[in-house]
Amino acid sequence: MSTTELTQTNASEIASEILKARRRAGSPSMGMVMTLIVVTDEGDHYDALKAASGASREHPARIIGVIRRSARGSSKLDAEVRIGASGESILLRMSGELTGHAESVVLPLLLPDSPVVVWWPGKAPKDIAEDPLGSLGNRRITDIAALERGREAAMLAQAENYEPGDTDLAWTRLTPWRALLAAALDQYPAKVTGAVVAAERANPSADLLAAWLSSRLKVDVTRTNSKGPGLTAVTLETGGGEISISRPDGVLARFTTPNSPDRPVALKRRELRELLDEELRRLDPDDVYAAAARALIAKGSPRAGRTTTRKAAKPARTAKKRPRS
Amino acid sequence: MTTAGKSNPLREEEDRRLPRIAGPCGLVIFGVTGDLARKKLMPALYDLANRGLLPPGFALVGFARRDWAHQDFAKIVHDSVREYARTPFREEVWNQLSEGFRFVPGDFSDDVAFDQLRDTIDELARVRGTGGNLAFYLSIPPKFFPDVIGQLKEHGLSDPPADAWRRVVIEKPFGSDLKTAQELNAVVEGVFPQESVFRIDHYLGKETVQNILAFRFANQFFEPIWNANYVDHVQITMAEDIGIGGRAGYYDGIGAARDVIQNHLIQLMALVAMEEPVSFEAKALRTEKQKVLSAVKLPERLDRHTARGQYAAGWQGGQHVIGYLDESDIPRTSQTETFAAVKLEIDTRRWAGVPFYLRTGKRLGRRVTEVAVVFKRAPHLPFDATETEELGQNALVMRIQPDEGVTVRFGAKIPGSAMEIRDVNMDFAYGGAFTESSPEAYERLILDVLLGDPPLFPRHEEVEMSWMILDPVIEHWAQHGQPDAYEAGTWGPRSAHEMLARDGRSWRRP
Repeated sequence: MSTTELTQTNASEIASEILKARRRAGSPSMGMVMTLIVVTDEGDHYDALKAASGASREHPARIIGVIRRSARGSSKLDAEVRIGASGESILLRMSGELTGHAESVVLPLLLPDSPVVVWWPGKAPKDIAEDPLGSLGNRRITDIAALERGREAAMLAQAENYEPGDTDLAWTRLTPWRALLAAALDQYPAKVTGAVVAAERANPSADLLAAWLSSRLKVDVTRTNSKGPGLTAVTLETGGGEISISRPDGVLARFTTPNSPDRPVALKRRELRELLDEELRRLDPDDVYAAAARALIAKGSPRAGRTTTRKAAKPARTAKKRPRS
Repeated sequence: MTTAGKSNPLREEEDRRLPRIAGPCGLVIFGVTGDLARKKLMPALYDLANRGLLPPGFALVGFARRDWAHQDFAKIVHDSVREYARTPFREEVWNQLSEGFRFVPGDFSDDVAFDQLRDTIDELARVRGTGGNLAFYLSIPPKFFPDVIGQLKEHGLSDPPADAWRRVVIEKPFGSDLKTAQELNAVVEGVFPQESVFRIDHYLGKETVQNILAFRFANQFFEPIWNANYVDHVQITMAEDIGIGGRAGYYDGIGAARDVIQNHLIQLMALVAMEEPVSFEAKALRTEKQKVLSAVKLPERLDRHTARGQYAAGWQGGQHVIGYLDESDIPRTSQTETFAAVKLEIDTRRWAGVPFYLRTGKRLGRRVTEVAVVFKRAPHLPFDATETEELGQNALVMRIQPDEGVTVRFGAKIPGSAMEIRDVNMDFAYGGAFTESSPEAYERLILDVLLGDPPLFPRHEEVEMSWMILDPVIEHWAQHGQPDAYEAGTWGPRSAHEMLARDGRSWRRP
């Protein structure tokens, strides 16, 4: 691992430093498969870049961290270039007028011809696909659960502005739940007549799950509040009894299907890095998420106790490939 | 169970985040105290559970001649998981898994033990909800197969209850020649139907081996040159730096050709040489593999185009090691080969005149498995001979292990004022190869058994065809005395190098 700091620099100096650093390391071939842009701030960048470089063990990537400082004063760009075992990372700190033109620094540093993923670990712009940095990406990842407040509104805005390639980690967090629910219906293929999703207040994952279930099962889904952590229970009602997965402690769940003994299932809340790993595994638009997001909008602002009506379910708009910019 | 996708409203084809989770089931391992079970199978099961790929209520039954209670067995599994699992140990995953552990003590001829096994299986169906779906993993020497399989049949364990399945998993060696392979198959398929028999060749579960198919059939620019017009020859190498270790009982009398060439190398050759399958369904893959195997021809002169060796004492990687004949439990007169190389040809339009050289051995230079496709020289070089003196043949090397990846070797100009050309390497290494995220071969294969997904398992036809290829070579060797000695830590006996030199070629140093 070599680290070089550049101050008062520009994109072409950074690019040539990357080349030099690679040569110094004996021109190792990296086999990098994507560029990952992490749009973050001084407070969060350490954890976010750590998760990103963790994920780059599975998906070798050039990681570009973008930190915008104060927009006042004269434009300035500082950079930290690191060449590590599983990829390269560049941390950009911008201030002054340049903060409004971050894409001009990032564009020349994208790896040629390979996919670009933009990730906002914290606050994201309202319309991420239209954002100048967001529009560089084939894939845009947000994390609404990381917001301190206004999660519901943010989730709705995200759903309303959905463009193919958008995704939120609230959706990623659901994969193990969705997999178990699907497996439950594989094992016990009964007609589902209703469903209940219980979770902490203001939990975007739970709202998405309720929307997904109502759009797939064509039933009303009730969303109730619990003390958490996160999602705590999902119940599917069938003629023969309840299928339920309950996870009161955020770690170990109990899996119940009619006519079978209860069974424990490990269902740990995953770390950021694991979520990012999953996100980076597939870089084409996630049509299933699009359909769930659409169902969420149709239902309106999610509130506990409200029921998603089956009118909510609309077919997914077919995703059109966005031209790569 | 594989039809679930059609009727289950929570499954959609586009929803590729959802993993394939095996349906309710259990696994019974015979020979649970063996190395394979401890180092590979049990850790792989834990890793599968950790990734959320095992069904809730999964059951694991150990069967062995040990005076253990269920807890003792759980302790053994725990230790093996702690030591060998690739994913981090998590208490809640362990709890989920360990509730389904059972142990049945007994001998393979012990009727009482098999009765107890049946009771255990019934109990698991009740309390764990396995639905009576079971796979029997025979991690035991093949000489015990008839006993165990006979017992399974006799105690009604091989016949699934309605709407359930019973599968059997067996490991190599699948016989030691065509005749014994057929006998073995008669035993297994006499009780279990063909589609319920899963033969594990763990090489086929490796990411890099599956990548051969992706590489060949997902790309445009390899296929046009993947034939006799451009390829000069192919070298497939599996080299080990270790000796036989404690496996004398298994290895002596078997040897390198039966142990490695018959299964791993011939399977690798089939994947490299086969035509494009019409789909990646098991049947389509099998059709193409069998087609290419049926076209394999041995050279007429086996003495000139095969080689075998036996390692002698030597220095390997800085350590002095003893020769094969000095290993414990090996008779001083053993003729078992620890190195084997054969030249094979494939009589098809694509491969006419392109030899495939297969070699394997123990105590070689380093541990490496690779497939090297070596290309013909350019028909005309518009350079002086001196300018291209350092230019070899282009090569494309698929590195199977370790350091999984692909190397392309080609000529480039040496920087400077003169035109000088030499060979350079371009490497591709997929970074994920070493992370926990890339599943171990056994994980993939066990999951496929539980899902009933057969593409990665050879069927008995393939096994028999590879014996047909190899039997004449082994018979020829049996009539010609002692294998050639080679010093440990080198790349095999002189005869192996001479074998290629006769064709005007040489082995790559992998």
